Amino acid sequence: MADSTTSTGSPGSRLLGLTTLVGLAGLLLFAFVFTEPDVRLHPTTGEEFGQFDAVRLLYLHVPMAVLTYVAFLTCAVASAGYLLKRGAWWDVTAHASAEVGTVCCGLVLVTGSIWGRPVWNTWWEWGDVRLMTTLVLFLLFTGYLALRRTPAEPQRQARRAAIVALVAVVDIPLVNRSVEWWENRTLHQQSTLAELKIEDLTLFTLMLGFVVFGLVFAWLMLHRFRVGWLEHAQAGHEVALAIAERHAEMETLDVDAAIGQTGGGK
Amino acid sequence: MGSRGVGQVRELFTDARLVATRDLRIEARSRVLLNQVAPFALLVLVLFGFALDADQRTLRTFAPGLFWVTVLLAALLAVQRSASIEHADDAHTGLRLSGMAAASVFLGKAAAVFVQLIVLEILLTVGIVVLYGSEVDDPALLALTAVAAAVGVATTGTLYGALASGLGARETLLPILLLPVLAPVLIGATRSFDDALGAAAVDGWAWLGLLAVFGLVATVLGALAHGAMIED
Repeated sequence: MADSTTSTGSPGSRLLGLTTLVGLAGLLLFAFVFTEPDVRLHPTTGEEFGQFDAVRLLYLHVPMAVLTYVAFLTCAVASAGYLLKRGAWWDVTAHASAEVGTVCCGLVLVTGSIWGRPVWNTWWEWGDVRLMTTLVLFLLFTGYLALRRTPAEPQRQARRAAIVALVAVVDIPLVNRSVEWWENRTLHQQSTLAELKIEDLTLFTLMLGFVVFGLVFAWLMLHRFRVGWLEHAQAGHEVALAIAERHAEMETLDVDAAIGQTGGGK
Repeated sequence: MGSRGVGQVRELFTDARLVATRDLRIEARSRVLLNQVAPFALLVLVLFGFALDADQRTLRTFAPGLFWVTVLLAALLAVQRSASIEHADDAHTGLRLSGMAAASVFLGKAAAVFVQLIVLEILLTVGIVVLYGSEVDDPALLALTAVAAAVGVATTGTLYGALASGLGARETLLPILLLPVLAPVLIGATRSFDDALGAAAVDGWAWLGLLAVFGLVATVLGALAHGAMIED
């Protein structure tokens, strides 16, 4: 049991971590060695076009985008759970998923911007619905994490953070609507995944990306949850310790008073 | 709805009116809006003029956006002021002990901020007409947009003001929490004003619909969530 209070690792999480590392090595091989760059020939002019090597970024970008939504949705559900049940488990889950989700969301924005430079010829496109919605989502959860880092009584902070998370999730469809109406356009391509327009090995690598980054996500969530749980236990332990010390102090005072009284009687 | 339900709703709004009247009375006596928030808002309009090289055509084109960015910045001050009223002399404890429903307190405080925002918007409209040379093409759309956006900003601001109050660094926390949530209001109100001021060819009435939905959602969410805030 000593291990459970000094480390966030366990045999299960170490196995998960090892599997994730092997998966990442495999994904790197597929992304950079086995798959070809996206080069196509124009049917009439014969000129080369496509995403070229930038396509390899999508093996990271697309899974991260999906995981961002998974994380923030988990955060919203856990926040609602906390407001209903008031259990620390819900609060720690909400905090962990928001933190991991914000990292994923930041990576989506950065990789998307790097990918956009050669493919769209711009680092940033104002008016692209998905881009703007993702940015606002990132800013909303940056605020959430700032609230989490503000010193406050734990239950008060948990309650307020839960409300911020729920408002953020409700706000997102409105942001999406407003940005869509704002420009009514997107540079993002329509899903080629559903129509299986992308080639076999590329599709396989993308799917492998989903699995591997899903494992990375699970590993991060597991450890972040355990860190949060240890922090929660530590805070409770400190309170218990302070109460015990105060009791001991009171008992000493009582004994002193009793001795004083006896002494006075002599 | 039975007579008990009607009575509860009536009590909700009566209490809300009491809270709003109290906040507005404090504002009328302290004159923070008139002496500090309104001059700050006008100052921001002037600074935008300097930043854009005092080019009247550019200013007229971007007047709707500059107007709403100014409203949001000034609203931060109004919201912070509204939340700080509750902490002076531990007033929020008095409100809790009064037995008023949390939703009444929320609606009352939001209504007071709403009135202040409307005053501010009137001043700023005069400001953009005089300083930027804007012309009002559709007064009805302009007025309705100002009202709908003020509802959204006041309700969301009141909720987040209560949320940030009592926490360390609340002055810096409030903007980063509130401004991203108000992104749809900024976009919607700007586009609607584009139409009302003839700055761009867009359908401002459609945007007004989005603002109304935002205001409604924010009012309902705020009234429901405010209870968790004042439990502290």
